[in-house]
Parts: sequence; structure tokens; C-alpha cells
Amino acid sequence: MKQYFKDIFKSIWTIFVGMKVTFRHLFIPAVTIQYPDVKLKLPERARNRLYVNMDDCIGCFQCDLACPVDCIYIETVKALPTDDLGITSTGHKKRLWVPKFDIDIAKCCYCGLCVPVCPTECIVMTDVYEFSEFNRHHLIYNYATLTPAEIADIKAKAAAYEKEQAAKKAAASAQAKAAQPAGTPAAETTAKTETTPSTPPPRSA
Amino acid sequence: MEQLLKTIFENDLFVYVLMAVVPLMWVLPYALFAVWLERKVSAHMQDRLGPMRTGGWHGWAQTIADILKLIQKEDIVPKAADRKLHFLAPFVVFIGSYAAFAAIPFSSAYIGSNINIGLFYIIAVSSLVVVGILMAGWSSNNKWSLLGAMRSAAQIVSYEIPTALALLSIVMIAGTLDLQEINHMQTGWFWNWYLFKKFPFVFIAFVIYSVASLAETNRTPFDIPEAESELVAGYHTEYSGMKFALFFLAEYANMFAVSAIGATLFLGGWNSPFGNFMSGPLWGVFWFLSKGMFFVFVQMWLRWTLPRLRVDQLMYVSWKVLTPWAFACILGVGFWTML
Repeated sequence: MKQYFKDIFKSIWTIFVGMKVTFRHLFIPAVTIQYPDVKLKLPERARNRLYVNMDDCIGCFQCDLACPVDCIYIETVKALPTDDLGITSTGHKKRLWVPKFDIDIAKCCYCGLCVPVCPTECIVMTDVYEFSEFNRHHLIYNYATLTPAEIADIKAKAAAYEKEQAAKKAAASAQAKAAQPAGTPAAETTAKTETTPSTPPPRSA
Repeated sequence: MEQLLKTIFENDLFVYVLMAVVPLMWVLPYALFAVWLERKVSAHMQDRLGPMRTGGWHGWAQTIADILKLIQKEDIVPKAADRKLHFLAPFVVFIGSYAAFAAIPFSSAYIGSNINIGLFYIIAVSSLVVVGILMAGWSSNNKWSLLGAMRSAAQIVSYEIPTALALLSIVMIAGTLDLQEINHMQTGWFWNWYLFKKFPFVFIAFVIYSVASLAETNRTPFDIPEAESELVAGYHTEYSGMKFALFFLAEYANMFAVSAIGATLFLGGWNSPFGNFMSGPLWGVFWFLSKGMFFVFVQMWLRWTLPRLRVDQLMYVSWKVLTPWAFACILGVGFWTML
């Protein structure tokens, strides 16, 4: 019987205790952030949308190699010895045209591995995270700055130069053969260009 | 008011319809407001914000948008449902809760029907809600619905006993069932209200009524008939669109009805708390609605404070706590009035 009254008293008392708590919370400012109107400050090293500064890109394929999901697509064309592409802001000499630099941001896993490997620090993570699209093809970002006409021109010139070089090489080797029939092909080693830092590896598309 | 309208319009039938529709003019906007308020109260009690965008200022138009959406929705009736009962149930539930408004005095000048057994009528007619809920649960042909309806029937029927007994002690003081008469007896300053009479019996009766009325409206902590975590949505699982809205409306109308009865019997109804200051028929409406809305707020407050009771705990509270104490109150008040 004593327990019965105790229980009733306790239940009424605890209801008031609970009501006090909820009433106090009624006036505590809400923790909700009104997202599109108010935005939280992102952490300093937050990883969001990628950005490529094409002025600095030397077409080295390091980011493409580092990408675990293969979402970076690069094409390069060798520049002619007569062309001057300038140097990057980090002081590297640009030796390749980059007619194609696409990032499929829909595939990107925001691991950030492409950022530290870049020798010229031209691929960076930005703080932009609102880039949803109605068409997923719009999520493939094209960073290349060359126009299709320029690309065609560059490719034609490069092919022509290649042909010329090949012809020269053939002529040189023929000449060497004639002069020194049993000697080592020394001309071939000298003809090898030192302009490519690394050649594009075969990629499984 | 009835006499006045009769002299103005000289058409009895029109006046009766008008008198019947007046509470609806309050209940519909009230329900819209209360649903919004419930969401805001619940949100702020949990340190959230609730609806903020619809309509601009603190999402005031959220419920209006919700109602517009519900109107457009397809009315789905399960294939195996009992179509007639399924159709009828929401109307019966709403009629049950709206009928109570007929005898609730909104002001000294307005009461839907000034019958001298008003309180008895309200207690009797609000039981109609159980019939509607049972109809809804049975006709849906869904085990969750049926379980919810059975629980609701058990709950409402058991809690009607302490409710009625708690109100009986007021009836014993007042000596009448006429709600307008009971209001007139509490005129004057707030210490004339029945809540502060015959302490502590009436006060205990008031607590009993508050607890039991929560159970009668199927509100948390007594919302086991529509316990989401166990029964999907209870008896209105199979309802959609406007029929579901009607259940919702009935719940909120019921909330106000029990609050209004509590305000009328214990807090002087339309009487001003300050004697003749701010009193009169129009001020009466103000006081009555504010007292009612205060109780509605308390119901929301409790809802977001307390967890749901188990079924056996529910029955324990009703039969072993509230009912005996209500009897004790009746005895106490009875002896006091005889002395």
C-alpha cells in the first residue's frame, strides 16, 4: 500500500520534472542551420569539387595515375621545338599541349590523391560542393582551354613533324649504315627525344 | 444569440443551421493552427526549428499547404475493405467529436444548444468516436488497423469512467449539468473558479480529468491506438487523402473539446479571471478560447515530454489509480457539500 502511494507521487513528480526540462528547451535556441540561407564554414582541408588550373598543367599524367577510380581523362600532344608554351607558375617548362583534360566528377570519390602528386600544384580541391545537375553528362567537366580548331591544328603539325623526324631518322640511319655497315646504331640514341617526361601508359577504358 | 438571430432572420431553420456552423468556423482554423503549433512546439522542445519556409514567417502556411496536398491526393480504398464502413468511419469520428461542441458554451451569449443536461450530453456523444474508430479498424481489413481500433476501444471505454467520475464531483458542487449555469456560478474573480474550491478534492479531480482526457483523445502518452512504432498508424493506416485529414481534424477537434470542457468546469469557462474587468460576451469568447488553447498547449507539452505507456500500464493507471481516486473525490466533495 505504501508503495502504491509512493508510485503515484513519484509518477506525478517525475512528470513535472520532465515538463520542466521540455519547457526549458522550448526557449533554447535551435541548433538547426537553415542550410541554403546559412552555411557552415567548411574545414580548412575539406575535399569537394576539383579544379584544374590549365595554365599550369604540364600534362604529366600523375593525377591520372593516382586516381583510384580513373575519373581523369587526359590527352597530350607533343609541342614542336619551335613552339614556346611558356613556363608554369612553379617554374616548370611546358612541353606538351593538353587538348583534353576531363574529370568525371560523378565518378570522383573525393579521395584527394590527385592533389599532392601534381608537380605544379595545378589540380586542387575547392570548397564548392553544390554542383548537382539534372543531366549526368554535365558532370563531366572539361578543363582543356584549347578550341577544337586549335587542337586540329596542333595535331596536324605534330603529325607532320613526327613524319619529318621519322624521315630524317631513316635518312640518318641509311647514311650511317652506308658509312659504317657493322657499327652500332649510334644515331638512334641521339635521335631519341628528351622532351617527354613520361609517356602515357596504356589505359583500360 | 439564438433569439436575436431569430428576430433578425425570421427563419428558424436558417438560424439553427447558422448556430450549428459557428463552432465549425472556429474548429477548422483552429485545427490548421494547432497542427502548425504542434510541429513548432515539438520542434523547439527538441531544439529544432520545425517548418520554416512555407509562407515566409516561420512556415505559418505549412498546414494550409498540407491540406491542399491532401485534397488533391487519390482516395485509396483497399480491395478487401468493407467499402461502406470504410467510407463512413471518418465521418462518424468527426461527427462524434464535433457533436460535443453543440453544448459547449463559447461565451455567455453563445452556446450551440442550451440544454440542461449539457455535460451528460457531451460525455455521451463523445463516446460515438469509439464507434467510428472501431469501424475504421474493422473495415480496413488490416491487422494493424484492427489492433489499433481494439486498443482504442479498450482505452477510451476504460478512461471514460474516471473522466465522468471526476466531472461528477463538479456536478455535485454545482448541482446542475447545464454548462452555461455552471459558468454563471463561477463568475467573479478567479478564486471563484471550481479548481480552487473544496481543496484538495476538486484539484485531484482536475488532475484526474487532465490525465483521462489525454487518454480519451488518443494523445501521447496514451497514443497506443496509433502507436507508430508498433502499429504503423493504428486505425487510420489504410486511409489516405481527405479521409485521413478528417481523422486528423477529429483528433484536433477532440483535443479542443476536452480542453474546453476542462476550462469550463474547472477554470470558469468564459469568465474573466479579474471579476468585471474585461468581461462581457465578446471578452468571454476571448477568455474561453485562451483557456482552451492553454490546455491544448499543455497536451502538446505532455506529448513531447512523456513516452508512450504499455497497454497493461495504461489499464493499471485507469482502473487502479484514477478510478479509485475519482471515487474518493466524489465522496470527499459529497460529504463537504452535505456539511
